[in-house]
Amino acid sequence: MPRSLKKGPFVEAKLQKRILAMNENNDRKLFKTWSRRSTVTPDFIGHTIAVHNGRKFIPVYITENMVGHKLGEFSPTRTFKGHSGAKKEVKKQ
Amino acid sequence: MRIAGVDLPNKERIEIGLTRIFGIGRTSSRKIIRDIGLDPNKKVRDITDEDGMKIRAVIDSEYKIEGDMRREIVMHIKRLQDIGSYRGVRHKLRLPVRGQRTKTNSRTRKGRRIAVSMKKKEE
Repeated sequence: MPRSLKKGPFVEAKLQKRILAMNENNDRKLFKTWSRRSTVTPDFIGHTIAVHNGRKFIPVYITENMVGHKLGEFSPTRTFKGHSGAKKEVKKQ
Repeated sequence: MRIAGVDLPNKERIEIGLTRIFGIGRTSSRKIIRDIGLDPNKKVRDITDEDGMKIRAVIDSEYKIEGDMRREIVMHIKRLQDIGSYRGVRHKLRLPVRGQRTKTNSRTRKGRRIAVSMKKKEE
């Protein structure tokens, strides 16, 4: 079930503040965040955010299409690359 | 009767017949029939040309069907892949997208089982 519209999208307060402050100063610096649970709002567009994946920070460049997704969706937490000797995946059905 | 290009349902009830069109399921089918005021139990062959035209008009104006519908679905998946989201990656790998387990099952997405030779027992 989706989140109640009444509440609006969830963005970590600290992150929100930082983004807005950076927008104010036209600042596009890379910065780190652990807040994978934050929703990408239109304020984020154009920023590059380093999102923690539990081990390191993955730089994510935010585009318009990403609005509405959570930051964590762009910073994979698992490293599975395939089994040894597994052949290439068949493309599409 | 032919509606929306290649579809020609047969001796089914109209309510079922319409679901042959990709993008129209039971819910939309019922709604179309209700809006026009047809009997859902009527067989497709008993539908008059006039009512057929009405159905076509409703579908054309209000529903996304067949090719357009398929294209829209592909576009949605492509969007997820282009933005590099987890769901997009799962689509690329052809694994379950919605967090299902993959230790067992998930055969629909993964295809037929592939035999893996047994691991050597450690001393």
